Amino acid sequence: MAAAASNTRRQFLLDAARLACGAGLVGLGLGFYAKQARALPPLALRPPGALAEADFLGACVRCGLCVRDCPFHILELAKPESPVAVGTPYFTARTGPCEMCDDIPCVKACPTGALDHGLTDINRARMGLAVLIDHETCLNFQGLRCDVCYRVCPAIDQAITLEMVPNTRTGRHAMFLPTVHSDACTGCGKCEKACVLDEAAIRVLPVKLAKGALGRHYRLGWEEQKKAGGSLVDEKSMVDLPDRLPEGTQLPGHFDPGSGTGPAVPSAPPGMPGSAAGPVPSAPPGLGGGK
Amino acid sequence: MSRARTVGAEAVAAKGWLRAHRWLILRRLSQLGILALFLAGPVFGVWIVKGNLNYSLTLGVLPLTDPFVALQSLVAGHVPESLGLIGMAIVTAFYFLVGGRAYCAWVCPVNLVTDAADRLRDRLGIKGSAHLARATRYWILAAALLVSLVTGVVAWELVNPVSMLQRGLIFGLGTAWMVVLAVFLFDLLVMSRGWCGHLCPVGAFYSLLGRWSPVRVSAVQREACNDCMDCFEACPEPHVIRPALKGEKGAGVVILSPGCTNCGRCIDVCSKDVFAFGTRFKASPPGPARAAGEAHRL
Repeated sequence: MAAAASNTRRQFLLDAARLACGAGLVGLGLGFYAKQARALPPLALRPPGALAEADFLGACVRCGLCVRDCPFHILELAKPESPVAVGTPYFTARTGPCEMCDDIPCVKACPTGALDHGLTDINRARMGLAVLIDHETCLNFQGLRCDVCYRVCPAIDQAITLEMVPNTRTGRHAMFLPTVHSDACTGCGKCEKACVLDEAAIRVLPVKLAKGALGRHYRLGWEEQKKAGGSLVDEKSMVDLPDRLPEGTQLPGHFDPGSGTGPAVPSAPPGMPGSAAGPVPSAPPGLGGGK
Repeated sequence: MSRARTVGAEAVAAKGWLRAHRWLILRRLSQLGILALFLAGPVFGVWIVKGNLNYSLTLGVLPLTDPFVALQSLVAGHVPESLGLIGMAIVTAFYFLVGGRAYCAWVCPVNLVTDAADRLRDRLGIKGSAHLARATRYWILAAALLVSLVTGVVAWELVNPVSMLQRGLIFGLGTAWMVVLAVFLFDLLVMSRGWCGHLCPVGAFYSLLGRWSPVRVSAVQREACNDCMDCFEACPEPHVIRPALKGEKGAGVVILSPGCTNCGRCIDVCSKDVFAFGTRFKASPPGPARAAGEAHRL
């Protein structure tokens, strides 16, 4: 009798252990898969207001209401074969960028807040960040006036500006370099869609990939100066040390005691060489130093 | 002669084909009708229902949220917006009343797939079946919730064939058909009633949700049973029938097991009208033999 009872108990424990192990394996596999799923591929963009990817996958119920309410039908729910977590909404800038509706219907449709209902101004959306990723093929970097990404940008002259620099190839023209400003770029993807190259030279990437970050302790002197309304150090007591230039170079107002060739600056007070020279040109004349 | 043609044959002879298939037909109408409602928007532009089974908005006013998906989301640390929460409450209350696994029998599109696999299994006379405890699904349910808790991801939705199929039909299938085919072949070749009856944590969740639901199938005239075994053959969860039908350990006539899907197939295939829908408190009156049955029980 006791043996029979012990056998039943033994069987029960074995069965329970087997089930627990099986379910544990399933759970383990699922867990690893879940971790993998958080790695959103760089070219898949979430709709406006989407929470950070790790939070998004815990909040989105894969209902597709954002897809339905997007008037431009740019959103799609990931299929099992796509590298995006299955059933979650995304869009691809190159084929269909966000049109940045004023009323943001996709966010309003979201029943879970995976698309944050706190986003009411589409200009504050951060779906990604445009990056002019290839300077070698961008036509404007060749000194041509393509400007298409700049022209189509919904936040023209804020999110993308054209920065003028000298064209060293011709020596007499300017290059207008499309420059993205992260404080205004929503990551809508219109620039990437519009890029005339076969492969876009400007692409919208996840902010995490596109943005560097200054060390938190780091301070930029000129910013601090602006904030403080003046120099933070006593400029009068600063010493202008001699600058090194290629041998034989002579710049007006420049003092180079090492070469021995330059005329001593007459007005320099003894012991303070070059102090009256003022700011030293940082680039040779004709190369933008005076821009 | 194959089994598929003998199960329910007596019932067809006794009650006529229509009455011997009544609940099956209603169930298919329900499954296909719900699918049609979801498809009417994308296919015909008639937007009655938007979304899918995970969350839908009907006529722009009625939110319905799958409580299992919402629960995983909650466990993952996210509280849905009010519409999502209201939808969750409505669906939870509904299935709490009608029996949680009514979802499996009357709504879930995978039921069509696994029922087809089961039918084909009978037709082909495939006998062998792998063995796995039916409780496995509860362990998988626990694992899915645990993974959601640990990773912060709605875990089961990464692999759930149910939502993959239903969402796929509405939003574009992609390779989801492979997953569905895998479930079909698994049920057909590996394990009889394998997916819905043993593995699916969605069904497991709904069975717990309907643990105390009032709507139940009862073996109200169990003394009329002639042991033809058709109900056991037809039932996707045959273990739920025995206590109520045979009165084991003094069990009443109501099928109380949470595994029952309230599909009503046992009612269809019984030529003696043993089974009927009723409540867990009081079985509905089916016919003249009821009084005798009551007396017998007393």
